[in-house]
Amino acid sequence: MTPELGQGVLLVALGLALYGGAAAAAGGRLGRPALLESAQHAALGVFGLLTLAFALLVYAFLTFDFSIRYVAGNTNLGTPFYYRITGVWGALEGSIVLWGWMLALYTLILVLRQRERARELYPWALAVMLGVLAFFLFIMTLAAPPFARLTPVPADGRGLNPLLEDTGMITHPVALYLGFTGFTVPFAFAVAALVTGRLGDAWIALTRRWTIVAWYFLSLGLLIGGWWSYHVLGWGGYWAWDPVENAAFMPWLTGTAFLHSVMIQERRRMLKLWNVALVVLTFALTLFGTFLTRSGVIASVHAFSQGTVGMFFLAFLALVLLVSLGLLAWRWDALRSQGQLDSVVSRESAFLLNNVLLVAAAFTVFFGTVFPLLSEALRGVKVSVGAPFFNQVNVPLFLGLIFLMGVGPLIAWRRASPDNLRRNFLAPVAVGVVAAALFFALGVRSALAALSLALTLFVAATIALDVVRATRARRRNGEGVLRALGTLVTRHNRRYGGFVVHLGILVIALGVTGSQAWSVQTETTLRVGEAAELAGYRIRFDGLAAREESNHFKVVGRFTVSNGTSRPGIMQPSKKFYPQEQTPIAGVDYWIGLKEDVYLVLGDFARDGSQATIKVQVNRLVTWIWIGGAVLTLGALLAVMPERRRAA
Amino acid sequence: MTRKFVAGGVVIAAAIAYMIYAGVTQSAVYFVTPSELTAAPVAGKAYRLGGLVAPGSLRWEPQTLDLSFTLTDGKASVPVRHRGTAPDLFAEGRGAVVEGRWTPDGHFAATLILAKHSEDYQAPHDQAEAGYRELIRSLRGTRE
Repeated sequence: MTPELGQGVLLVALGLALYGGAAAAAGGRLGRPALLESAQHAALGVFGLLTLAFALLVYAFLTFDFSIRYVAGNTNLGTPFYYRITGVWGALEGSIVLWGWMLALYTLILVLRQRERARELYPWALAVMLGVLAFFLFIMTLAAPPFARLTPVPADGRGLNPLLEDTGMITHPVALYLGFTGFTVPFAFAVAALVTGRLGDAWIALTRRWTIVAWYFLSLGLLIGGWWSYHVLGWGGYWAWDPVENAAFMPWLTGTAFLHSVMIQERRRMLKLWNVALVVLTFALTLFGTFLTRSGVIASVHAFSQGTVGMFFLAFLALVLLVSLGLLAWRWDALRSQGQLDSVVSRESAFLLNNVLLVAAAFTVFFGTVFPLLSEALRGVKVSVGAPFFNQVNVPLFLGLIFLMGVGPLIAWRRASPDNLRRNFLAPVAVGVVAAALFFALGVRSALAALSLALTLFVAATIALDVVRATRARRRNGEGVLRALGTLVTRHNRRYGGFVVHLGILVIALGVTGSQAWSVQTETTLRVGEAAELAGYRIRFDGLAAREESNHFKVVGRFTVSNGTSRPGIMQPSKKFYPQEQTPIAGVDYWIGLKEDVYLVLGDFARDGSQATIKVQVNRLVTWIWIGGAVLTLGALLAVMPERRRAA
Repeated sequence: MTRKFVAGGVVIAAAIAYMIYAGVTQSAVYFVTPSELTAAPVAGKAYRLGGLVAPGSLRWEPQTLDLSFTLTDGKASVPVRHRGTAPDLFAEGRGAVVEGRWTPDGHFAATLILAKHSEDYQAPHDQAEAGYRELIRSLRGTRE
C-alpha cells in the first residue's frame, strides 16, 4: 500500500511543481496576480506532498516495510531505532527525497517572506524554485524512485552501511543538503534579475541573508563531515581531497567569493556581471557535485550507488548553464559596471583579489578532481593527482586569503592613503612579525607553519584593533565598555558578524596548521603487558575482550595510557564485526584535548588475545577546528540577524 | 588604472597556472592494472595500482608489521608489500587500490592502501556468522 501511495504523492507533486512554475512565470510576465496566487498555492501543495512522502518513507523504515526496495536495501531488523530514521537518507533515493523536501521548505519560506516585498523579482524567483523542484521530483518519480517495490518481499533487509551508524549521519547530510539547496534561492533571484532586467542591488539585498544561511550550512556540513571522518574512520584525518569532499568544497569557495563580491556591488555598483556569474556558478557546482558523486565517473572511496541519475544531473546542469549564459548574453549591456576602480591600494582591490584567489582555488579543486577524466580523454592514460597536488597549489592561495582577511575589512574604499595604511596596519603587521620571530625562537622550524600562524595573528590583531577603536568611540558617548561593545555588535551586526566568522576561520586555520605540522604517529605490535611510547605518552596493552552488541560483535582492546603527569587512563579501541560485512570495522578511541588528541586504532589482533597491533596518533590542535566551527556558527547567526541600524 | 589591474590579473593568472602545472607534474600518479604494470614497469615511477587481492596471497607479520599480498586482474599479478595494518574493508578476494612505486627487485612498494568500498552489503552468511561466534568464544576463553 505504502509504495503506491508514495509514488502517487510524488507524481502529483511533480505535476503541481510544473504547473506552479509555469503559472508563476506567466504571472510575472503578464502581471496577473491571480496566476501568481495560484502558483503560491501550488508551492504550498508541493511542500505538503513532499512532507507526506518523506513521512511515508520514515514510516516505512520504522515499520520495516521490506516490500519497498529502498527500505530493504538500507535497514534490517537489527538496525537500532535511531539509525532506522537516519537510514532514510542513507543512500541515493532517500537523499533525493530529503533534498527535495528542503528545497520545498526554502520555497515555502520564500513565499511567506518575500511575496509582499519584491513584486517584480519574486514571481520569477518562485518560477525558478519550482522549476528546480520539478527536476528533483522528476528524478524521484523516474530515475531513483524511493518507493519502488521489491518482489518477493524478503524476510529481512540488508542493513545500513555500518559506517553510517553514527550521530554524524543525522547532522552531516542534513547540514550539507541545507547548504546545497540553499544556494538555489540566490540563483533563483539572479535569474529573476536577469529576466526582468532589474540588475541593481535589489536582488542582492534580498538574497543576502539567504546566501549567508546557505553558506553557513554548507560550512557546517563540511566541518561535520571532517569530524565524522576523524572520529569514525580510523585514519586520523579530517580531509583527504576525495572527489566527494571536493564536490562540496567547490560551491563553498565560489559561495564565499559571492558573499564578498556583493559588497562591492552594493557599495560601488561594480561587478554586476561577476556577481550574477558567481551565483550561477555556485548553483551549477552544487549540481555538478551531485553528478560527480552519483555517476561513478570518478573513483572515490565513498560508496555511492551508480546509475543513470548522474546523467540526469548532467543534463540538468547543461540546461541551467545554457539558459543562464543565454540570459547573461541578452542582458550584457545592462550588466556593465557603473563605478570604476580608483586605485590598486583600496578595499575594492582587496575584495577583487579575494575573489580571484577563491575562484582560483575552486578551479584548482575542479581541475584536480576531473584530471583523471581529462587525461584519459586527451592522452588515453588514467592519471590522477592526489592530496599533494591540492595542498601544493591551495596552501599558498589560502595563506593569501588569510592575509586579505586582515586587509579587506580595514583598508579604505577607493584609495587608501599612506596614513590610512599606517593607522590600520602598522600595529597588526608588527604583531605578525613579532609572532613569527617568537615562533622561530620557540623552535618552530616549519616555515609554512610559522607563516600561517603569523598571518593568523596578524588578522586577529586587525580585528582586535577595529573592535577596540569602535568601542572607544562609543564610550565617548558615555557608554560602559560592555554596553558599547554590545550596541556596536548589534547595530552593525553584519560587519561584526563577519568579523566573528573570520575569527572562526582563523581558529580553524590554527587547527589545520597545528595538525598538519606537528601531529605524530606510530604503529606497533604489542604483547600483553608491553607498552608503546609516543610523544611522552606510554600506551600499555592490557588485553582483549569480546562483546556482543544489538547488531554486531565487538573485539575490544584495553590499553592503559599515561603521560607521566596526569593519572593513567584506559582507552578501548575496538574492531566491530557486522554480519552483513565480510571484514571488521575499526572503532576508534580518542582523548580530546585543546593541545592534542590521543587517537588509538586497533589494527589487528591475535585470536588468542595475546597480542595486538595498534596505531597511535598524537594529533596536535585538531580540537581548534571544531571550536572554530562553533565560533563560525556564532558569527553567522550574528550576521544573519536583521539589520537594526536604521531603526535605531 | 584599468591597465594596472589587467596587468596584475595577468600576473596572478600566470602564477596560478604555473602552480597548477608544477603541481600536476610533481604529483601525477598513473593508474594501472596489474597487466599494464607488468607489461612495462618503470622503477621509481608513482603508480596507483588497482586489482583484486588474490585469495590465499595475504601474509601479515605482526612483529615486523610487514603486509604482503598479490593484486591480480585475472591476466597478470603483482606482488605488493606494505608496512602496517591494512585498512578496514580490505580482504582477500576483494578489490583494492594501492599507491606506491615499483621497485627494481620485482615488487610493488605500497605507501597507501585504499580498500574499495562496496555499496552492496552481503546478506548475512551463516558461515561468516559462525566464524565470528567462534572468534568471540576464543576471546572469551582467554579474557573475561
